Amino acid sequence: MGSPLKCDLCSKPATVHLTQIVNNKVHKVDLCEACAQAKGVTDPNGFSLADLLMKASLTNEPTATSATRCEQCGFTQAEFKKHGRFGCPHCYETFAAIVEPMLGTMHKGTTHTGKVPARAVSRKSLHDRLSALEGELDNAIKSERYEDAARYRDEIVQVKQAFAPKAEGESLRP
Amino acid sequence: MTIQSLIETPSELTSSASSSKCAVVLMTRIRLARNLSGRSFPGWADADQRSEILATCREAVGALNPMKRSVNVGVTDLNELQKLILVERHLISRELSGSKSGSGLVINRDQTVSVMINEEDHLRIQVLRAGFQLKKAWNAINDFDSALEEKLDYAFSPRWGYLTACPTNLGTGMRASAMMHLPALVISGQMEKIVRAVNQLGMVVRGLFGEGSDASGSIFQISNQTTLGEPEEEIIKRLQSVLQSIIEHELNARQKLLEADPRKLFDKIGRAYGILQHSHVLSSAEAMNLLSLLRLGIDLQIFPEDSRPVIDRLFIEAQPGHVQHAVQHDLEAGERDGMRATRLRDEFARFPAPATPPPSGAKPD
Ligand SMILES: [Zn+2]
Ligand SMILES: [Zn+2]
Repeated sequence: MGSPLKCDLCSKPATVHLTQIVNNKVHKVDLCEACAQAKGVTDPNGFSLADLLMKASLTNEPTATSATRCEQCGFTQAEFKKHGRFGCPHCYETFAAIVEPMLGTMHKGTTHTGKVPARAVSRKSLHDRLSALEGELDNAIKSERYEDAARYRDEIVQVKQAFAPKAEGESLRP
Repeated sequence: MTIQSLIETPSELTSSASSSKCAVVLMTRIRLARNLSGRSFPGWADADQRSEILATCREAVGALNPMKRSVNVGVTDLNELQKLILVERHLISRELSGSKSGSGLVINRDQTVSVMINEEDHLRIQVLRAGFQLKKAWNAINDFDSALEEKLDYAFSPRWGYLTACPTNLGTGMRASAMMHLPALVISGQMEKIVRAVNQLGMVVRGLFGEGSDASGSIFQISNQTTLGEPEEEIIKRLQSVLQSIIEHELNARQKLLEADPRKLFDKIGRAYGILQHSHVLSSAEAMNLLSLLRLGIDLQIFPEDSRPVIDRLFIEAQPGHVQHAVQHDLEAGERDGMRATRLRDEFARFPAPATPPPSGAKPD
């Protein structure tokens, strides 16, 4: 018999052993009693093996010196390594280079093919429309097409109005 | 409504019996993780941001039709016992119950829909159904989520789907699960094999009241592991077929136990009945194991089918928070085991006696 397995998180003797196969790759996690407790392995609601695996792979990685900081929320790569959680939705763009390779081992695929929230998507397309119009407006002004410019300006106002949040609860109140 | 009246209200889990057509599955749950765009996730947001997010979400969720009669409170408005009871009913997580200020919950009257606010994500929406009802649960939560999206700007990326605090929930943000009662697989020592096979299919198994394959009460939760790269319906379909095959294995294992040594099995069940009727000290784990055997007895027609709801209710009500709640004052663990036994003696005094099984052993449907 070899030496007893050590806890992946703190290197005390491991007593809890978990195996998981994701995308035909076997992942093993060994934990001591204390870490298993702390990580919620005993909590039916709060435990995620993928989560543990992710943290283990993050701590094994040589520390990158990247000082990337999320412009929206100030989150850093070091914080992500520590917590395994992001600071805000925008962090996914900021840290795309770290996230992307992780997703392949964690999930079935790397792009979303499920439900699409109608409103978030229309907001996105409005946003795209707005930047396009602003480009057109600039061009029109530069080339002194003032009638066109006025038309673009009106359209921009309309698009911006469509952005404004709907009045609360009109459809769902009885 | 108040938390106290919610606790006293009959719930989906404690009143509607899981259908006998599929007695192996006790309940089905689906949860969706959602976040507001442009706001820090709860773990990174400061106190002001958290309370602003909490207020926004509580208002939006509370205005939805299914939540017209609901408890809508901050976590700090609840005492420890109330939170423990909600955890035992699978309505909130331990993580939420331990959080300080700036988190909240909205739970509807029949306790089929619960929304945790500022847990790991801004919103954790859950729909719960007694029995094996994945599709119904999905339809219900899908509608609820679409209605909520009318009121809130969700963080969503066309490429990565719903953006969540942890990348393990990215994409659909969906965790679908079933709570299964698998006594024959446990008795015949097949649980480890099942866990391994299920893992290979990208699903996770965990014991509900304990560790791995020795979960007390033989109750296991099976859920999807991955959330990105497949549509919700596909994940549910895969889970459905995994569950179906576990059910078959469990029923086969029961048949084998009956064929091999029916007396041994009936003896176990009969003894469990005796202990529940006459014990004076019962730990939570022991109570779960005994109740599990009686539930198996119902499946094998040793007890009448209409006694099933009693057992399913006691699975919840024999847990520490519920036992404590019933006596209305604080109890030491030792006293609690005494109270639990008293409570169960009382329940089982009225419980029908086991039928004498036919010598060949009853056959499950
Ligand atoms: Zn450890
Ligand atoms: Zn960020």
